[in-house]
Amino acid sequence: MEGYNFAYLDEQTKRMIRRAILKAVAVPGHQVPFGSREMPLPYGWGTGGIQVTASILGADDTLKVIDQGADDTTNAVSIRRFFARTAGVRTTTHTAEATVIQTRHRVPETPLRQDQIIVYQVPQPEPLSRLEPSRVQTRIMHALGEYGLMHVKLYEDFARYGQVSISYDYPVMVNGRHLMAPSPIPAFDNPKLDRMPALQLFGAGREKRIYAVPPFTSVRSLDFDDHPFHAIRAPHACGLCGATDSYLDEVVADDRGRRLFVCSDTDHCAMRREAGHVGADSLPEAAE
Amino acid sequence: MIAEVVAPGALLSARSLALHFGRIAALRDVDMDIWPGEVLAIVGESGSGKTTLLNVLSGTLSPDCGSVACRNAGGVVANVHSMPAPALRALHRSEWGFVQQDPRRNLRMNVSAGGNVGERLMAQGARHYGNIRAEAARWLETVEIDPSRIDDLPRTFSGGMLQRLQIARTLVTRPSLVFMDEPTGGLDVSVQARLLDLIRSLVARLHIAVVLVTHDIAVARLLADRIIVMQDGSVIETGLTDRVLDDAHHPYTQLLVSSVLTA
Repeated sequence: MEGYNFAYLDEQTKRMIRRAILKAVAVPGHQVPFGSREMPLPYGWGTGGIQVTASILGADDTLKVIDQGADDTTNAVSIRRFFARTAGVRTTTHTAEATVIQTRHRVPETPLRQDQIIVYQVPQPEPLSRLEPSRVQTRIMHALGEYGLMHVKLYEDFARYGQVSISYDYPVMVNGRHLMAPSPIPAFDNPKLDRMPALQLFGAGREKRIYAVPPFTSVRSLDFDDHPFHAIRAPHACGLCGATDSYLDEVVADDRGRRLFVCSDTDHCAMRREAGHVGADSLPEAAE
Repeated sequence: MIAEVVAPGALLSARSLALHFGRIAALRDVDMDIWPGEVLAIVGESGSGKTTLLNVLSGTLSPDCGSVACRNAGGVVANVHSMPAPALRALHRSEWGFVQQDPRRNLRMNVSAGGNVGERLMAQGARHYGNIRAEAARWLETVEIDPSRIDDLPRTFSGGMLQRLQIARTLVTRPSLVFMDEPTGGLDVSVQARLLDLIRSLVARLHIAVVLVTHDIAVARLLADRIIVMQDGSVIETGLTDRVLDDAHHPYTQLLVSSVLTA
């Protein structure tokens, strides 16, 4: 820890970020601007998430970092090690043991509890960005609650493809008031955000915005009355643990076109295998 | 605080409007009223303040002095320029409509015809895809666009079709008052005639009040119940269309009427 302030950021910066977080919690789904700092990792790698985590981390916290559901990818490993070094906090890969979870692109399969905080890394906090290029205009639309444009996009998807073509970062209505980008999590994870017991914080470093969903807040995915939202999942069982209800990654298994579907949440998959669940593709391994 | 006065039974009343752009007087002491279901044409040469008047009436521009008051469907009277922005935007989305000379300014060119017509419905809270689509198809048919083109992008449409699509998009929420800025400008004569015919029948059937800005006396004669003639920002003559055009009192109006080419 020597040579660093606790959790890397100086105390004034943490104070400024905490103020933004408090404001964000007070107005669920509203994007609060903050003075994003240079961090020792590139934009797009989680500069927003890492700043939020740094300002809420305490000495007795246990941190878990996931990237696309996995605990062992470069991004997850380096951010976890960063905080182990600069804050000296305990780290874990088990969802149930963590008090703070920083995530990129997934929500853990294990349901979160009230004493946990989940921090999302957000590349683009503005859900209307692809439809209305002017931030002045989108801010007016948020202020007046004019979200007809988002439904025009959904209408176009149904008219052209017969379904909504958004598979990740699927826009949600928070607390019946603010349209929010849930960060690029798969639409499959959207229902988990609704009335989640844990506090959800979203940090966008490059775009300099923080927003939040307080515990037990309604988060509704946009849809039409006659075409209700439904989560899309690959129609397979996990090849390693046999789970049929988790979100799956498709992995190329060899050079003969064999493909393997495995849980994207590595912790969830490992726990199931420990509990004795076996998938179709893990049999040869077990025989070795 | 400006008093909110709407003439009895009127939808919109303007009193002593004045607006200057620097030293140029765009509007001088303009008074006017619009009643439900009537078509009011504002005619005059370019630079006479027609479009400025339209923008002031619709709340897009604020006058230097004078007031515009409107009455909504619930009978509530409000001042167009002092009402909160959300209320004015809501009015423009539902009870009012604006038809531009260039339909590309109003339409979303990268959204299908059906999406364009459905946008105002969705902005008002319609959330049933089937109903929105059925309503859009019905409106395309009403404005004589083949409903099978509901999923086509507007850029595949001709100029006349674009203008009709804009009209469908504007009228889908059944507005009580529509502002039209040269709706037939830039179209060839046969397309113009068809469009005028369409506007006339729709306006009569749906009982819509229209404020129509045009420099074309023939368009005014065909569509309008009443006419306002403008010159240099002032209203110089007003009255029933036939009276003004057949028996013009003001020398400028006489000049305007006599300068129309008859084929």
